[in-house]
Amino acid sequence: MKYRHLIFANLFRKKIRTTLTLGSFAVALFLFGLLAVVRGAFNQGLEVAGANRLVVVNKVSIIQPLPISYMDKIGRIPGVTLVTHANWFGGVYQDERNFFPQFAIQDETYRQMFPEFIVPADQWNAFIGDRQGAIVGEDLVKRFHWKVGDRVPIKGTIFPGTWEFNIDGIYKGSRPQDDTTQFWFRYKYLEERENPYWKGLIGWYTVRIDNPDNATRVAAAIDDTFANSPWETKTETEKAFAAGFVKQAGNIEFLLLSIGGVVFFTLLLVTGNTMAIAVRERMRELAVLKAVGFSDGFVLSLVLGESLLLAAIGGGLGLALCKLFTLRGDPTGGLLPYFYLALPALILGLLAALAVGLAAGILPAWSAMRLRVVDALRRV
Amino acid sequence: MAIPLAYNVRSLRVRWTSTVVAVLGITGTVGVFIAMLALAKGFRATLVSSGSPQNAIVRRAGATSEMESAVTTDQVHVIEDMPGVARKGAEPLVSPESVVVAAFPLKATGTDANVQVRGVSPQVLDVREQVKIVAGRFFRPGLDELVVGRNVARTYAGFDLGNTVKFGGGTWTVVGVFDAGGSAFDSELWADSEVVKQVYKRPLNVYQSVTVRLTSAGAYPAFKDAITSDPRVTLQVDRETEYYEKQSRAFTRLVTFLGVLVGGVMSIGAIIAALNTMYSAVAERAREIATMRAVGFGAGSVVASFTFEALCIAFIGGLLGCIAVLPLNGLTTGTMNWQTFSHLAFAFRVTPALLIGGVIFALAMGVAGGVPPAIRAARARIAVALREL
Amino acid sequence: MVRVDGRGTGLVHVRGLDKKYQRGSEEIHVLQGLNLDVDASDFVAFMGPSGSGKTTLLNLLGGIDLPSAGSITVAGDEITHMSSSKLTAWRARHVGFIFQMYNLIPVLTAFQNVELPLLLTKLSKDERRKHVETALGIVGLADRMNHYPRQLSGGQEQRVGIARAIVADPTFLLCDEPTGDLDRKSADEVMDLLGRLVREHHKTVLLVTHDPVAAERAQTVLHLNKGVLVEGRVAEVR
Repeated sequence: MKYRHLIFANLFRKKIRTTLTLGSFAVALFLFGLLAVVRGAFNQGLEVAGANRLVVVNKVSIIQPLPISYMDKIGRIPGVTLVTHANWFGGVYQDERNFFPQFAIQDETYRQMFPEFIVPADQWNAFIGDRQGAIVGEDLVKRFHWKVGDRVPIKGTIFPGTWEFNIDGIYKGSRPQDDTTQFWFRYKYLEERENPYWKGLIGWYTVRIDNPDNATRVAAAIDDTFANSPWETKTETEKAFAAGFVKQAGNIEFLLLSIGGVVFFTLLLVTGNTMAIAVRERMRELAVLKAVGFSDGFVLSLVLGESLLLAAIGGGLGLALCKLFTLRGDPTGGLLPYFYLALPALILGLLAALAVGLAAGILPAWSAMRLRVVDALRRV
Repeated sequence: MAIPLAYNVRSLRVRWTSTVVAVLGITGTVGVFIAMLALAKGFRATLVSSGSPQNAIVRRAGATSEMESAVTTDQVHVIEDMPGVARKGAEPLVSPESVVVAAFPLKATGTDANVQVRGVSPQVLDVREQVKIVAGRFFRPGLDELVVGRNVARTYAGFDLGNTVKFGGGTWTVVGVFDAGGSAFDSELWADSEVVKQVYKRPLNVYQSVTVRLTSAGAYPAFKDAITSDPRVTLQVDRETEYYEKQSRAFTRLVTFLGVLVGGVMSIGAIIAALNTMYSAVAERAREIATMRAVGFGAGSVVASFTFEALCIAFIGGLLGCIAVLPLNGLTTGTMNWQTFSHLAFAFRVTPALLIGGVIFALAMGVAGGVPPAIRAARARIAVALREL
Repeated sequence: MVRVDGRGTGLVHVRGLDKKYQRGSEEIHVLQGLNLDVDASDFVAFMGPSGSGKTTLLNLLGGIDLPSAGSITVAGDEITHMSSSKLTAWRARHVGFIFQMYNLIPVLTAFQNVELPLLLTKLSKDERRKHVETALGIVGLADRMNHYPRQLSGGQEQRVGIARAIVADPTFLLCDEPTGDLDRKSADEVMDLLGRLVREHHKTVLLVTHDPVAAERAQTVLHLNKGVLVEGRVAEVR
C-alpha cells in the first residue's frame, strides 16, 4: 500500500492522542475479554455437557440419595447403553478454603461414561486394584503439588473421620473447558466405612443413551419406572441439569451484557470524539490533498483507514493482555475453575473493535470527504 | 490570584461534546463500580442480618455447613443444660433444626430453583426474636403446615396464603407468612422439624443443628467453652452472626473481586477519556493560555485552572453515576447460596458510604486525567504559543 | 529620548543583548549585542525585514523570553536574571501587551477580558469595575462592555485588546504588529489611539510593525538590522 506512510505519519503527529485512543480500545477490549471469560466460567457446565448423557437425581431434593439397586433397572430401559453412579463426598483437605469436588465413583463404568477425561491405562489399573486409590485432576496437581504415589488425608464431613487416599493417577481433560479439579475415589471404600444410614445409597446416576434425540423419551421412561416409590427420580439431560444451576446463579448474562453495553457505548463516544477533533485540526491539509488532485474517495479512505488501524491495534492489544491475564489461571482461588478466553471470543472481540473503529470514524471521514477545498483553505 | 472560574465553566460549555464524552466515561465507571459493590454488600447484609449476636448455632464438630452436620437428641439435652441458655419460664430456648432442599419453579424464569426447607422447633420464634409473623399464623406442631418467608411468595409461584404445596412426598398447607428482617430466612420455608423428618425419611432422633438463644451476647464465651470441653459430645459452636458471615464470604469475595477488577479497568478507560478531552482542550486553547500568562498569570494559576476544569467534569460524572445507580437500591435479585445449595433472595444495597466513595473515586480520576494536560499547558513556551495559528 | 549607541540611561535600559536559537541543525544568531535606551512617554517603532528579530526583541523586553546574553533593566529592575515566578509578577505590574491577533478570550465578555490583568492585583471588585470602565472609555468602547469578541469587528477587538493592555497602568506598552490584521480605517483608528495614549496619558509605547504608515505615527523609528538597532527617521508625533 503506497499510502501507508501517509496514514502512519498522521497517527504519529500527535503521539499522546494516538496513544490515548489506542489505550481506550485496549481497555474496552480487555474488559470484553474479561466478560467473555466470566460468562464462559458460568456456562462451563453447559459447554462440557454430553449430548447423549442424562442425570438422574432424587426428585424430592437434589441432596437426597437414591438406592444403588436402581442401577440394574435403569440399565434395562430401552435406549440406555451405560449407567454409572457417584456420591458427593464433601470432605476438607487441610483447610476449608481448599475447596475441590470429591466423588466416590463406580470405577469402570465411570471412566467409560466420561471419555473426555483421559487417564493412562497403567494408572487406571493401579487405581482399580487399590482399595484406597484416587485419581485426581491436573489442576489439583498443580495447585497442591501432588504426584502419583502421594498419600492424601481428607477429613470427612458428611462421612465423618479422616480418610486416607493414595494418588494412583492423574487425569487430563481433552478440551480446554474440561474441569480438571475433581478428585475421584472408589465407591467400595466409601461403602466400607459409611454409617448405616447411607447403606445401599448413592448420590446420583449418570446414564448414556444411544441417541440424543431419544433423551426426553428415555428420561420419562426412567422417571416412570420409579414413580410412586419411596425414592422417586427426576431425570434430565446433562445440559439441562447444568443450565438449572446457572439460572439459579442469577441473571448473570444480563449483568454482563449491561456492563459490556456501557463500556462499548462509552468507547464509541470517546474514540468518535477524538477522531472528529483530529480531522477538524487537519482540514487544511486534507484540502491541500484535494487541491493537488486526490479524490474525495481517497480522503474518505484515508481517514477511515486510520480509524480502523487504531481499532485493530488497540483492540488486539487489549485482547492479548486479557489472554495473558487468563493464563495465570483462576485469580479467585477456586471459585472460577474455568478461567479461559476461547478463540471465538477473541475473534468476536476483534470484530467488535473494528466495528467501533468504523462507526467512530465514519462521520469525520464523511465530512472530510465532503470538504470544499476553497472553504478550507480560506479558513485561518 | 486565580484565573476566573467563569472561564473554565464557559469553556466546558463551549466544547460541550468533548465535555459530555468525558463526563459519560466517568459516569459509566462510577455507576458500574457502585452497582457491583452494592450487589456484594446486599448479599452480605442479607446473610449477616440472618444472625443475632445473642444466638449460638451448634453443629457436629467438623461439619462445614448445616447440611453436613448431625446432632442427636441426647446431645440436644446436653446443650439445653449448658450455662448461658436463656429460658422462658422453665423451658430452654433452643430450636433443634433439620434442613432439606426442595425444588420449586422461579416466577422469573419458570425453571426450578432449590428452596431451603427448615424443620424448626415450635418455639423458634422465641429463639429468633427478629422473626415475626406478618400474615396468617404460625404452624401447629405435628401437622403438615408451612410458614413461608416474605421473599418466598414473591420469588416462587404458588405460595399464597392458604395454598397447598406438594414436596418431599407430602402435601403441605401455607398457613402463615413471616418477616425475618431482610435476612436469609426470608427465602426459607419453615415447618415442624418432626414432620419434615418423617416426610423425608430421616432418622427421628437426629437433627442437623441446634440454634440456642443465650441470656446475653456476653454469655457466649462461657457457653462455647462449656460445650467444647464436655467429653460427652463432639460439637462445634459458632455465634450465629459469624456462621452466616462465613457463608457469605465466597460469593461476596467473587463479586467484590469482579467489581474491583471491572471498575478498575473501566477507570483507566475513563481517565483516558478525560486525558483526551483535556489535552485537546489545552491544544485548542494554546493561545488563550499564552495570553493569560503574558498578562501575568503564573504557571501555578494555569495548572490550578485546568485541574479545576477536569475536576468539574469528574464531579459531574461522579454525581450522575451515583444518581444512575440509586434506583437499584432495594431491587431484589437472587442467587444460589453454595453453602446451603439453595436459592437466596437479596437486595442491592447502595449505602451513603458507597456513594461518597464513588464521588471520591470520580474526583481521583479527574485529577489523574486533568493534571498532566494542565502541567503541559503551564509549561508551554509563551512566545511560541502566541504565534500558534 | 531614545538612544541605541549604548550610552545614556532610560526607563528601559538594554545592554549587549544577544539571542541565539536552534533551527534544525543551524544556530541562528538573531540579536547580536543590541543596545537600547527608551525614556518615559517615548513612542518608538521597530521595523525590519521578516525574520529580523523584531518580535523576539519585544518578547525579551516583555519578559516572555530570555536572552542568551546581555541585560535588560526596566524602571530599575534587572529582569534577565529574575526567576520565572518573579518575572511573572513583574510582567503583571509593568507590561501591557498588544498582539496582532488581539488574543481575546472568546468565552469572556469585553469587560471580563479587560478585567483580567486586574485580577492579579489586590483591588476590590468595585475598584476593578471603575478601572475597566475607564479603560474601555478611553478606547471608545464603553457601550460594548458586555459583548463577546465574536460580536465585535476586528478593529473593535483590537481596541478591547488595547484597553486590557492599559487597564492596570503598566510601565510600558509592547505592541506586536497591532494593525497587521486590520483594514486601513481601523488601523488608523488604532494608531490614533496609541498616539493619544502617549500624548495625553503619558504612556510609553514600543511598537513592532512592517507597515510604514503605522511606523510614521511614532516619534522614533528604529530599524533592526543584522541583530542591532539602527536609527531611522525621527518624526513629530501626530
